Amino acid sequence: MIKFDHVSKRYPERGEAIKDLSLDLAAGEMAFLTGHSGAGKSTLLRLIGLLERPTRGQVIVNGRNLASLPQRKIPFHRRQVGMIFQDHRLLTDRTVFDNVALPLVAMGMRRREIAKRVRASLDQVGLLRLERVLPSALSGGEQQRVGIARAVVARPPVILADEPTGNLDPELSREIFQLFERFHQVGVSLLIATHDLDLVASMGHRTLRLHQGRLVADSGNW
Amino acid sequence: MRRQRRRPSRPIPVVAALQDWLAREGRAALETLDRLIDSPLGTLMTVGAIAIALALPATLFVALQNIERLGGSWDQSAAVSLFLAEDVTDEEAAEMASLIGARADIAQVELISKEAGLAEFREYSGLGAALDHLSENPLPAVLSIHPAPEIRTRAQTQALLAALEALPGADFARLDTQWAQRFHAIVALLRTVSLLIGCVLGLTVLLVVGNTIRLEIENRRGEVQIMDLVGATRGFIRRPFLYSGAWYGLLGGIGAWLMVGAAVLWLQEPVGHLADLYHTQFDLSGLDLRASAALLAAGVLMGTLGSWIAVGRHLSHVEPD
Ligand SMILES: Nc1ncnc2c1ncn2[C@@H]1O[C@H](COP(=O)(O)OP(=O)(O)OP(=O)(O)O)[C@@H](O)[C@H]1O
Ligand SMILES: [Mg+2]
Repeated sequence: MIKFDHVSKRYPERGEAIKDLSLDLAAGEMAFLTGHSGAGKSTLLRLIGLLERPTRGQVIVNGRNLASLPQRKIPFHRRQVGMIFQDHRLLTDRTVFDNVALPLVAMGMRRREIAKRVRASLDQVGLLRLERVLPSALSGGEQQRVGIARAVVARPPVILADEPTGNLDPELSREIFQLFERFHQVGVSLLIATHDLDLVASMGHRTLRLHQGRLVADSGNW
Repeated sequence: MRRQRRRPSRPIPVVAALQDWLAREGRAALETLDRLIDSPLGTLMTVGAIAIALALPATLFVALQNIERLGGSWDQSAAVSLFLAEDVTDEEAAEMASLIGARADIAQVELISKEAGLAEFREYSGLGAALDHLSENPLPAVLSIHPAPEIRTRAQTQALLAALEALPGADFARLDTQWAQRFHAIVALLRTVSLLIGCVLGLTVLLVVGNTIRLEIENRRGEVQIMDLVGATRGFIRRPFLYSGAWYGLLGGIGAWLMVGAAVLWLQEPVGHLADLYHTQFDLSGLDLRASAALLAAGVLMGTLGSWIAVGRHLSHVEPD
């Protein structure tokens, strides 16, 4: 599903954030991405979502080589990849419902279909009763779940999460990870960057460890 | 329920796609309008500025149109010079003058006798003493005739000219058109000037809309970024801004239309009064249907163009280089 082939990413002012990295994530696989701060986790995820392009090497997602994807096709690629961020990236002046609906609105889906899908997605993360609320009225954990609902609402085959539990207490973090586990069970491929090593260990999924832009450990626990 | 009603039109995919497209565009347009109404003060200021910028050239247009119409009616009531036959004596000429002056379709008649004509010619031609050597005055007597105000149309004027020429002792009649030509030249000049002003103010509309849209993009940068991340196309992200510009232009056009209409109403009475003093009647005309449509269309066009430029310059996307 996701394949890195000798990928390097160099930032002009900071040097190489990813160095000659190769990896292969099968369809439906769930994996964690660990490593100290600055190891290149976010960069790796950004390469998959095409927020960056590699300096060298190739990234292949869902059988498509991203290097050959023209600029105007990028939106369609991003619809295949649900992205979740530590800071949620919600629109503060829109209701929970409207936030979750954004990807579907962007796809030009009809209103009725949107409502149905948004409710289903909110139901999955347990926030159906809060659909009319503004994000600012929610707790951190609830906001993160809104972000997750938005990432999965278009039913993308791939979900990327960049430190989704960075600001949450262990209890809430566990709940979020269990949510990911459920998406994994229905066949979605997930790649989750996290510092929560205890939680990662307890879940027993494949874990990729980055160090200074290189893949230094791959616990192929799959 | 709605789905059932829709079913029959489903088999034709083109029609269905068109319906979807229309529904989407309509929704986007209305949502944009909603947003403009949500911040009434800012919207009003932008719309006001556009309205003024559009109202000025529109007013010039209306003024020009009225001046031309006025010129048209003057054209028809221009003075007529009736040249008399050579053998008509000054006494006979005076008699003809009073006869013509009595007609209902004539306002005023002035006799320029042979001598008076020669004196005038001597003065203006600069030939002076040379003319003294002429044994005989070669100039005919001329009647300078002002038709009554009722004589307005070209047909009426032509009929009057024919009637005058048919009088015994008359040679030929000529309409004085020199001043009318000057008048038309001035009007043409004014038209060019107002076209120039229209262009400058059109540019103003572009700038006003462009700047407003730039601020709008600034305010919604976060939203644009997230739309980018969730897979919205460029076209989709641009659309609300373009609609914003179109709405500003349309509302500005309506504002300009109201301003011009109010001005025409306001001036109707004083102009009528002025016309009365000149013993003519004149109704100030406003923007007709075509001109009104053109005004609104110009507003929409300028608004859309302005926002299109702003969007192209200021809307940055989350894209790998
Ligand atoms: N946009 C950028 N421009 C320049 N350098 C960058 C940029 N983004 C990341 N970097 C650099 O690339 C390296 C890897 O950064 P990255 O954000 O991928 O690390 P990370 O593993 O996500 O760290 P953290 O755990 O703190 O989020 C760092 O040295 C960082 O300074
Ligand atoms: Mg990071």
